[in-house]
Amino acid sequence: MNKMEGQAPSPLPDQVLENVLETVLHFLSSRRDRNAASLVCKSWYRAEALTRSELFIGNCYAVSPRRATARFPRVRSLTIKGKPRFADFDLMPLNWGAHFTPWAQALAQSYPSLRRLHLKRMSLTDRDLTLLSLSFPHFQDLLLTCCEAFTTTGLAAIAANCRLLRVLDLAECVVEVADEEVDWISSFPETQEETHLESLVFDCVECPVNFQALERLVARSPSLRKLRLNRYVSMSQLHRLMHRAPQLTHLGTGSFSASELDPEPDYASAFAASKSLVCLSGFREIWPDYLPAIYPACANLTSLNFSYADINAHQLKSVIRHCHKLQTFWVLDSISDEGLQAVAETCKDLRELRVFPVNTREEIEGPVSEVGFEAISRGCRKLQSILFFCQRMTNAAVVAMSNNCPDLVVFRLCIIGQYRPDPETLEPMDEGFGAIVMNCKKLTRLAVSGLLTDRAFGYIGTYGKLIRTLSVAFAGDTDLGLKYVLEGCPNLQKLEIRDSPFGDGALRSGLHHFYNMRFLWMSSCKLTRQACQEVARRLPHLVLEVINSEEGKADDIEILYMYRSLDRPRDDAPKVVTILH
Amino acid sequence: EEDTSYSHKEKHFFTHKPNMATILGKESGLNLKETELCLGLPGGGGVGGGGGGGGGGGSSEVETPRATGKRGFSETVDLKLNLQSKEDLNENLKNVSKEKTLLKDPAKPPAKEILEIEGDLEKYFRAQVVGWPPVRSYRKNMMAQKVSTEDVAEKTTSSTASGAFVKVSMDGAPYLRKVDLTMYKSYKDLSDALAKMFSSFTMGNYGAQGMIDFMNESKLMDLLNSSEYVPTYEDKDGDWMLVGDVPWEMFVESCKRLRIMKGSEAIGLAPRAMEKCKSRS
Repeated sequence: MNKMEGQAPSPLPDQVLENVLETVLHFLSSRRDRNAASLVCKSWYRAEALTRSELFIGNCYAVSPRRATARFPRVRSLTIKGKPRFADFDLMPLNWGAHFTPWAQALAQSYPSLRRLHLKRMSLTDRDLTLLSLSFPHFQDLLLTCCEAFTTTGLAAIAANCRLLRVLDLAECVVEVADEEVDWISSFPETQEETHLESLVFDCVECPVNFQALERLVARSPSLRKLRLNRYVSMSQLHRLMHRAPQLTHLGTGSFSASELDPEPDYASAFAASKSLVCLSGFREIWPDYLPAIYPACANLTSLNFSYADINAHQLKSVIRHCHKLQTFWVLDSISDEGLQAVAETCKDLRELRVFPVNTREEIEGPVSEVGFEAISRGCRKLQSILFFCQRMTNAAVVAMSNNCPDLVVFRLCIIGQYRPDPETLEPMDEGFGAIVMNCKKLTRLAVSGLLTDRAFGYIGTYGKLIRTLSVAFAGDTDLGLKYVLEGCPNLQKLEIRDSPFGDGALRSGLHHFYNMRFLWMSSCKLTRQACQEVARRLPHLVLEVINSEEGKADDIEILYMYRSLDRPRDDAPKVVTILH
Repeated sequence: EEDTSYSHKEKHFFTHKPNMATILGKESGLNLKETELCLGLPGGGGVGGGGGGGGGGGSSEVETPRATGKRGFSETVDLKLNLQSKEDLNENLKNVSKEKTLLKDPAKPPAKEILEIEGDLEKYFRAQVVGWPPVRSYRKNMMAQKVSTEDVAEKTTSSTASGAFVKVSMDGAPYLRKVDLTMYKSYKDLSDALAKMFSSFTMGNYGAQGMIDFMNESKLMDLLNSSEYVPTYEDKDGDWMLVGDVPWEMFVESCKRLRIMKGSEAIGLAPRAMEKCKSRS
């Protein structure tokens, strides 16, 4: 931009470059690309920081709210993850942390244009939610996954104050019961002729909702596409809602269960009328006689979640034989191997399968086994992601899957009995998992189980070059096992290990890599405090949290939770947590 | 290469077992550590390393099993252990129907019951591990409440909407819970569920007691004099009573709200409850 003399001085070339850069970087959306761009030079760093509108924070303690908001001043969409996954299984103390409050305050100050917030495994209070609802006039999307510590009061604040609310998704949250129960659905302002709601997901909210208010809300939400009801919504209520919202694409059916003895409406016609349905879930208290109602929708379904539906093979077959387009299927093992075979026969397009256990006891016999597993591998060649709980599995079946399903990206096999060998050969499960890492070249996430020796970990270290997340329990023999992994897997970011005989030597072998990882979790292993202290000294940007349930047992480490951080260690830890430095 | 003195099956059964003494010690209040009831293979400790341990790198061949019974947090672990041990004991030893309540069968000293176990030790131990298998508590609880497909025939209308919902508070806990009393068949079921719900708070021996024996006055007074927690409820008349004073069905109908409070606070309720109980028998 050249100007005539006498007028305002032309912008410095650097400034022009920065403007151009900002304009270009604006189009860069991948955060990995952005991270790379920010390393080029200072002006790229600045330009990138000014143009990053979507911020992802994988560990809320890796960076302080102040630092994050200072570097990225123009964020409109924020994702924050808190507790590590093992917290889901009661392995962490209550009040461990991941409190959202300091973030809420920082965001309210720094991001007036915030539109979207996604929190996972964070602890957020009603006050936090209220602050959110009042601080961001353009707020549209709130997604809470596995969060806790808030009640329906907080939900009511969101409903009442976020006029532009588009998405309210509560997935697997623990919503506490307030002392005075709040009718949060009624808090959506009735004066608004039409809401902006596109997605309302509350299947995890464990208290009844005001149905009349819900029905009115749905009726005045023409953009609503996703509606997932909780189990306090009966079949007949579901029917009324479907009638109000035939445009739904994703439906969580609530209880799917009878509550009246009167003659009932034609449920199948409601499903037939909802021509856009592609995803069905819910079935929380399923009354199997009602299953035929969903037949009209099956042909279009790409996603079906039966993971709360205690149905048998026969009942499943009646549904699944219509589901030719199914790509995602979650189900309980009550369907047995026979049910899995039916899935394998019909669902040729299946990408993701999750089979959950009805009974988590370590029985000898379980309803699903290597038989159904292998059938799936033969029938569903496009499989990319599998989570499979079972009581027995053979190496042969796992090897078969490694050969039949080379596109696997996520392989999580949970043989419920600890240290279970292959029941046919009595061998460890090393060869099966070895085949998976060898043959599935796109694998990024792996969870192992059964009887495993160091050999299995040798395979993982040798072949699992793309693995980012690894879960280990009751496995391995010596430090070598963990060493193989830490030395062999350059992309490893999240490593969670419990009850395995890995100790100090193994820990030390990861020193070169720990700064590249999001976290390391080791519980009931063989670490000593001295070794952890040494790691803390040698890697000052690592935070090592040692969590022992009893005081005074300081030498044996029960839980080590270790992560990198740009800031000082947190000061909100409960007493059972010791932070080493 | 993989040679070991023990077959994989044995190793499978005996490695990494929680120390029996620790588990029981908490439950019964007896100090069983003295007796060192440590599960292991004959002739020494259990197998520590396993398959490659003998042939491979320099770790010791045989190690005693980990001396700690802990897999999780003391509060959660103790309560869960109490719960599961109670269930397991009842199932394995007595083949008791679900209808049985502890009122009819006042708890024997747990240690005696443990020593009576024969073939089910392995099953007992394996049920104790916290957080395994890795299924979220929400899902586990949902499954626990499910009616199995065999029971479908007994179901007339499955109703969640018209249950008997009552609020449950626990002194010191920041939140309330809600339970549907019609989901439970006995005081024991309710007690187990409550213990699970509030397991993250210190419960002491709440789980072990489970139910209060109203007929045993001295035991009752002991409990009420302690800092242990007892469940109380508000009945239709607005009176606060100790849970367990009336037959289960009557309780479901008259209970309006539950509150778990310290025994010492509940002590004022005791005389009324005892009278009610005595007048019934």
